[in-house]
Amino acid sequence: MAYALCFLLFMIGLYCAVVKKNMVKIVLGIMIMEYAVNLFLIMLGYVNGGVAPIIDRAAYDVQTHAIAPQFLKTSVDPLPQALVLTSIVISLGSLALMISICIRTYAKYGTFDITEIRRLRG
Amino acid sequence: MSVPLPLFVALPLVAAFVLPVFGKGLKPLATLLANLVTLCLLVMAVLSLGQSRIYEVGGWSIPLGINLVLDGLSALLLTAIGVVSAAAMLFSTRYMEQYTAKAKYLSLFLLMVAGMNGVVLSGDVFNLYVFLEIASIASYALVGFGCEHEELEASFKYMVLGSVASAFVLFGVALVYANTGSLNMTQISATIRQIGMNAGLAFALSLFVAGFGLKAALVPFHAWLPDAHPSAPAPISAMLSGVLIKALGVYALARLVFNVFGVSIPVGWVLIALGVLSMVIGVFLAVGQWDFKRLLAYHSISQMGYVVLGIGLGALILAQEGDPLWASLAILGGLFHLVNHAVFKSLLFLTSGSVEMATGTRQLKQMGGLVERMPYTRTTCAVASASIAGVPPFNGFWSKLILVIAAVQARFYILAAVTVLVSLVTLLSFLKVQRYVFLGELPESLDRTRENGGSMLAAMAFLAVLCLAMSLLILLPSLRETVLQPAVDVLVKGVTSPTAVVAR
Amino acid sequence: MSGMTVIVKTVSSWVKVLIFLFGIYIILFGHLTPGGGFAGGVILASSYVLLMLAFGRRFVEENLPSSIASKLDCLGAFLFALLAILGLVLGGTFFANFLYQRYLPGEPFELVSGGTIPLANIAIGLKVGASLFLVIFALASFRYDGPTSEQKPAAQGTGQKE
Repeated sequence: MAYALCFLLFMIGLYCAVVKKNMVKIVLGIMIMEYAVNLFLIMLGYVNGGVAPIIDRAAYDVQTHAIAPQFLKTSVDPLPQALVLTSIVISLGSLALMISICIRTYAKYGTFDITEIRRLRG
Repeated sequence: MSVPLPLFVALPLVAAFVLPVFGKGLKPLATLLANLVTLCLLVMAVLSLGQSRIYEVGGWSIPLGINLVLDGLSALLLTAIGVVSAAAMLFSTRYMEQYTAKAKYLSLFLLMVAGMNGVVLSGDVFNLYVFLEIASIASYALVGFGCEHEELEASFKYMVLGSVASAFVLFGVALVYANTGSLNMTQISATIRQIGMNAGLAFALSLFVAGFGLKAALVPFHAWLPDAHPSAPAPISAMLSGVLIKALGVYALARLVFNVFGVSIPVGWVLIALGVLSMVIGVFLAVGQWDFKRLLAYHSISQMGYVVLGIGLGALILAQEGDPLWASLAILGGLFHLVNHAVFKSLLFLTSGSVEMATGTRQLKQMGGLVERMPYTRTTCAVASASIAGVPPFNGFWSKLILVIAAVQARFYILAAVTVLVSLVTLLSFLKVQRYVFLGELPESLDRTRENGGSMLAAMAFLAVLCLAMSLLILLPSLRETVLQPAVDVLVKGVTSPTAVVAR
Repeated sequence: MSGMTVIVKTVSSWVKVLIFLFGIYIILFGHLTPGGGFAGGVILASSYVLLMLAFGRRFVEENLPSSIASKLDCLGAFLFALLAILGLVLGGTFFANFLYQRYLPGEPFELVSGGTIPLANIAIGLKVGASLFLVIFALASFRYDGPTSEQKPAAQGTGQKE
């Protein structure tokens, strides 16, 4: 059920990127799409009633380097969290570039409307 | 000797971060350093031809760590990337004097090369996504480098479409992780062979075809290419058309379809359909163009159709349990055309850059008779035009011949006919280019153009000699066995586990 | 962009140090608590953004010129690459954790543990902080005088055709 809502958010972002005419709204649509995918990735690792995947002294035996099996059963999957960290950084860089191109285009053309920025055709 | 694989990515990355520190006075030193780096990468790539090994980063083994995999297909693409980036970097030492902020240009260029090398070497789907994004974001910034009206518009269009494609790819990666529980390509293929393709994996495959198809500019997804490639500076157009659409688009698609998901009949037909559409629509839209670089950009779409047609034909024949000889012949034609196109299309874009720098215009109708003023550029452009049109001693002829033979032998006669027709129309459009740019009368406004010498000429001559020499790759059996045949074998073997030895 | 009122300026001049310190804490303890290089770097950059909003861009430009921030950026990335290459030279594999394996294993749950991971966090925090600062600085420096004029923006932008 939650996955279906995630996919709905992705579709809303895609609609926004495809239909809107203002450049900044298109950029926001792309950002919504990327957030939806990040949300989907994090939800993949979820365990019902789980704990954060951070080991503390109670769960770790220093002599034998063993982790308590109770912790292993209830912790959520940490791999999607690492993937999402990387993905958030990438979308941040992409957003910075998109916004600066929007600003420069506004300085050249005087408008944010993409139907008026059509010098390249054919 | 074996080069440690992470060096292919680490060397341009470190150089990209060291170069902006050089101030104004040290600009020639920065350019020299960048040229040395691309030359080093070319030498390392040629040394790695014919080898195959796996490198475990950090010493961690498969479920915990990330692998870098070098096999025949990766080595072939690394060599292509090395050749085109060395030539483009040599060309841009003089061409980029027209622009300011050259240190940032060099830094972005090397980041793009690092990203492409990473895509080709990675053995892990999420790592592929990360390097895909590095190369893509660097290329978005490079397309809009001149900050004029049209360049910003083209860069925005390219960036929006590229970001949507990357979001699709990430969604596909997430779906693959959800269904198989692993991110390593060999483990994913083993799990898919066990559990079969369910709805989630089929959806993930279609997302991958859409996302990577957009990066490769196949026809329903090609709308960004005719605007982005002409607006970029000429060496960047050469890199984009020459290697970026191949390393990010076609390589990733081939790797995922053949080695991870496994071939099947619907996927083969989809690839063939995309290939045929791209070939036909690309070339018919190209014939009517009057802007030199826009014409070349539409031809890129058409030639990418050839490559995807070859690969799709091979996939379909393998899925139908047909004769594996024709499947490997089709894939050989596709991959050889990929490497050929990298060389001759980048040469064409470099000559168009040379012509633009000398005359100041890109419109075919305003040029003419340049053969008197720029004889060397005219020779290299003629060599490249003959290669792309498929004239016999040059390399384009052999790859198109192999594709036609494979199509005929596998009894797809209509595909073979379409291929030959598209070749003829390509020849027609390049005769038009030659006549309008070089032959005819020299208009008075262009009376004072001179030949561009020095490094630009060296880069173009290097690629032109390669255009002729690469025919030997298919004619001499020894070269074919080391360079092309391993790449074909990697794809034809499909989802069987690799036999490469784990090495450091 | 000019600054804000006196109340905002006074409070932000007290708070900026706390934000910077908090950012350094998140970077240094990245291997023990959530956070790490990227989150800490963003917090470092946001302390400078607070200064930019409260005092104006020119004040920050005198304090931390963009050329120095650019060099810090490159330094952070170079340090990270240096750690990876030292892993190749001293540890045998690219990016190997050579400190943990050979020289300084440390105790689990202490600050000095985990080998090269805290050093990598510091390098990433430096790079991300400097990069984000430069991005927001460049966006703030853009001056718009009217459409299609031949104006050059006051910030360091990408190259322009001459």
